[in-house]
Amino acid sequence: MKITLKVWRQKSKEAKGEFKTYQLDHVSQDMSFLEMFDVLNNDLVKKGEDPVAFDHDCREGICGMCSMYINGRPHGPLQTTTCQLHMRSFKDGQTITVEPWRAKAFPIIKDLVVDRSSFDRIQQAGGYISVNTGGVPDANEIAIPKKDADAAFDAAACIQCGACVAACKNSSAMLFVSAKISQYALLPQGQPERKTRAENMVAQMDAEGFGACSNTLACEAECPKGISVTNIARMNREYYVSKLSSDNV
Amino acid sequence: MKLDSKIPEGPLAEKWSKHKFNLKLVNPANKRKYEIIVVGTGLAGASAAASLAELGYNVKAFCFQDSPRRAHSIAAQGGINAAKNYRNDGDSVYRLFYDTVKGGDYRAREGNVYRLAEVSVDIIDQCVAQGVPFAREYGGLLDNRSFGGAQVSRTFYARGQTGQQLLLGAYSALNRQIANGKVKMYNRTEMLDVVVSDGKARGIITRDLITGKIEAHSGHAVLLCTGGYGNVFFLSTNAKGSNVTAAWRAHKKGALFGNPCFTQIHPTCIPVSGDHQSKLTLMSESLRNDGRVWVPKVARPGLKAVDAAKIPEAERDYFLERKYPSFGNLVPRDVASRNAKYACDEGKGVGSGLAVFLDFADAIKRDGKKVIEAKYGNLFDMYQQITGDNPYEVPMMIFPAVHYTMGGLWVDYNLQTTVPGLYALGEANFSDHGANRLGASALMQGLADGYFVIPYTIGDYLANLGWSDKIGTDHPAFREALEGVNSRLNKLLSIKGKKTVDEFHRELGLTMWDYCGMSRTEEGLKKAKKKIQELRAEFWTNVNVLGSNNELNQELEKAGRVADFMELGELMVDDALNRSESCGGHFREESQTPDGEALRKDDEFAYVAAWEYKGDNQPEVLHKEELVFENVKLTQRSYK
Ligand SMILES: Cc1cc2nc3c(=O)[nH]c(=O)nc-3n(C[C@H](O)[C@H](O)[C@H](O)COP(=O)(O)OP(=O)(O)OC[C@H]3O[C@@H](n4cnc5c(N)ncnc54)[C@H](O)[C@@H]3O)c2cc1C
Ligand code: FES
Repeated sequence: MKITLKVWRQKSKEAKGEFKTYQLDHVSQDMSFLEMFDVLNNDLVKKGEDPVAFDHDCREGICGMCSMYINGRPHGPLQTTTCQLHMRSFKDGQTITVEPWRAKAFPIIKDLVVDRSSFDRIQQAGGYISVNTGGVPDANEIAIPKKDADAAFDAAACIQCGACVAACKNSSAMLFVSAKISQYALLPQGQPERKTRAENMVAQMDAEGFGACSNTLACEAECPKGISVTNIARMNREYYVSKLSSDNV
Repeated sequence: MKLDSKIPEGPLAEKWSKHKFNLKLVNPANKRKYEIIVVGTGLAGASAAASLAELGYNVKAFCFQDSPRRAHSIAAQGGINAAKNYRNDGDSVYRLFYDTVKGGDYRAREGNVYRLAEVSVDIIDQCVAQGVPFAREYGGLLDNRSFGGAQVSRTFYARGQTGQQLLLGAYSALNRQIANGKVKMYNRTEMLDVVVSDGKARGIITRDLITGKIEAHSGHAVLLCTGGYGNVFFLSTNAKGSNVTAAWRAHKKGALFGNPCFTQIHPTCIPVSGDHQSKLTLMSESLRNDGRVWVPKVARPGLKAVDAAKIPEAERDYFLERKYPSFGNLVPRDVASRNAKYACDEGKGVGSGLAVFLDFADAIKRDGKKVIEAKYGNLFDMYQQITGDNPYEVPMMIFPAVHYTMGGLWVDYNLQTTVPGLYALGEANFSDHGANRLGASALMQGLADGYFVIPYTIGDYLANLGWSDKIGTDHPAFREALEGVNSRLNKLLSIKGKKTVDEFHRELGLTMWDYCGMSRTEEGLKKAKKKIQELRAEFWTNVNVLGSNNELNQELEKAGRVADFMELGELMVDDALNRSESCGGHFREESQTPDGEALRKDDEFAYVAAWEYKGDNQPEVLHKEELVFENVKLTQRSYK
């Protein structure tokens, strides 16, 4: 198939960016979207032009590194990661526009590569259970109802890609943060630090410059792992309860 | 050089406890005076960095991804073994030890493997305490499954994302120490050299992947937790960034490389679909519990999955069931892979010719679609997403792919390489899997090394070293290493040849796959050696790396890694040439039983081959660590 690509090119964080148009004539529909970019980059290098920088690693839909905003949607037309999107989802002759995630809290580093370290910092603010290595109880000492374990797992399936932020008109990170808070809130091991965790993570999220929830549910609709917005409701509950009787003294 | 494995004396079950007691301790108040460098934050690195920081050491940790949570460990699907015997089905530390030594085809150390089995139980406790959401039963207790042909159910899992959940656990512990100020984390930073002075590891040289800044970091010890080197084959199930650079740089600075030719080829991967293919996707081997592997009896070039149903039963060859009636489709990974290759070598491959069918039609008929969907739904969806075929209606096509490397830096029982102060953990070391790794045991080993071994063994080194024995980054050893790194980067940028880095990498990969892959011959290996040498010479005169050093330059990153892969590739070939026996994942065609099965030669090859670098373009020198088996009797594996 033939594809016209309009790709956001930006030399560095400070540089001004612009769209550049590329023509690809030999795209196979079995290629993944990133393999199509490999082909483009190989051609560009051959021509002596700077290849397009983009993030990727596992190419299996699990590391959360790939992050392209394709035709106005994070990760493109399917509810999956960019690396799991294949060219058979596009039509011969189609023009495809590719941009980086756009959010104040995700500054552009180069071309399609953005800085998502804000997500790490939010988790450093409380996304853990304070246990040291060793001296913990036997794994089967505390039974956890399967229903709770499954719900915790559903939240823990988040791959931290940031599509939820890219999808939201307010660049809100509520889906991401709420999934992390929920995983721990649903497990007995997470109870002792439940209140401080919610407070501290939400405070860090605000400090990073993420916006407020837009209530449009765009995040859930675009999440490649199907993380549910019920997590956001849970986070709000967790947050207000902890604010009312704060342990952060 | 005499290799000392430092396996403690005494009965197997007491070795580790005794050893722990005999190791020197660092006084709690002194721990903060030590700086430990941890390169890599996958399961091995994140668990080590967090645990060492908890003890009070100062840690600097490095990874090349934008977050530690994206290390390749994240992609592991199936599960993690532990000898908990929660099932009451006869499992024990000894049985897990025994299975692992046997599974590794008797090329691993008894002492190491026993320790691994021993601490496996603590890993599960640790992960649960961290909030890792393992699969549970209705009673609320942990669920287990049997994996990779094991006779007991000892595999803990978290749907198809065990690696992600375990890594998120270790990552959360790491985050806690970052927040505590005990770990300083360097994301998007690649280690490009180890600094050795006075015969000891003193620090590393890194490149900031965003700005290109080259930096020196000094420490009392350096831990390499940098994963495996399967990407030497270009196509593998590893993440695109997985590479050998850290281990290879260490090798060139004096660390011996153990069993480099031991590679694991996984039988159930999605076949190559065209020249554009950039990586291969693993499908969990649990699929072989219900799927039947077959090819047409008479070659049908280009046969598509949609036309499979037109081939009558009598014209199908269920070759695993035919050749191995007692294990059938559940034979171990190496046997399944090799036989798929043979079928394709005979021209009976389907699709592109490099694929065999994995057919669920009988299972769906027997159990109903619902049951199959409950077991494999996510895998079937993934398959359909990638290939466009619906496995509920047509058979899957699969082909073997490189998956794991048992070889790696040689380490002793303390996980120390042959360079004092330099350690290797996780897939980066060679230690516990012998010639073949059993399913669900890599996650176990990575976490064992990081949570439960290194926190003890490193203390002994540091206590003997003393905190004042450290050199600054202005020391000549650092300056020399910095210069070396800079001049290599500049060299890569200055060649401005005609071929891209990927083109070289693909060529290298094909050579490795054809001659140093599933089955190997002396003749083929010699050919490969020559080809790799030629390719390497061409690389250094004809590679085209654009851009500069002081920016985000992904081509430059790849170029450095591929240059190292080429040198490693040659060593793998040398190692494969030397080992003229078949064992585990290493099948030498010259070494077969009369009925075509792998023939191990214990009299000649029951040793670890550890290679010493002697300078550019010099042959490496082989050192042998003889393996001693005091508890397990060596037998020839048979799956007939
Ligand atoms: C698809 C797949 C499925 C698997 N499934 C299973 C399974 O079910 N069960 C099982 O037991 N095993 C499984 N394995 C194997 C297992 O996942 C790996 O062996 C294991 O996770 C490796 O962990 P690690 O910590 O050693 O390395 P990795 O997780 O690979 O981490 C390497 C780290 O090193 C860093 N790094 C590397 N080089 C440098 C450098 N030069 N400078 C700075 N940082 C560097 C990386 O950034 C990363 O942080 C699977 C493997 C694959 C490919
Ligand atoms: S590259 Fe890992 S999720 Fe896409």
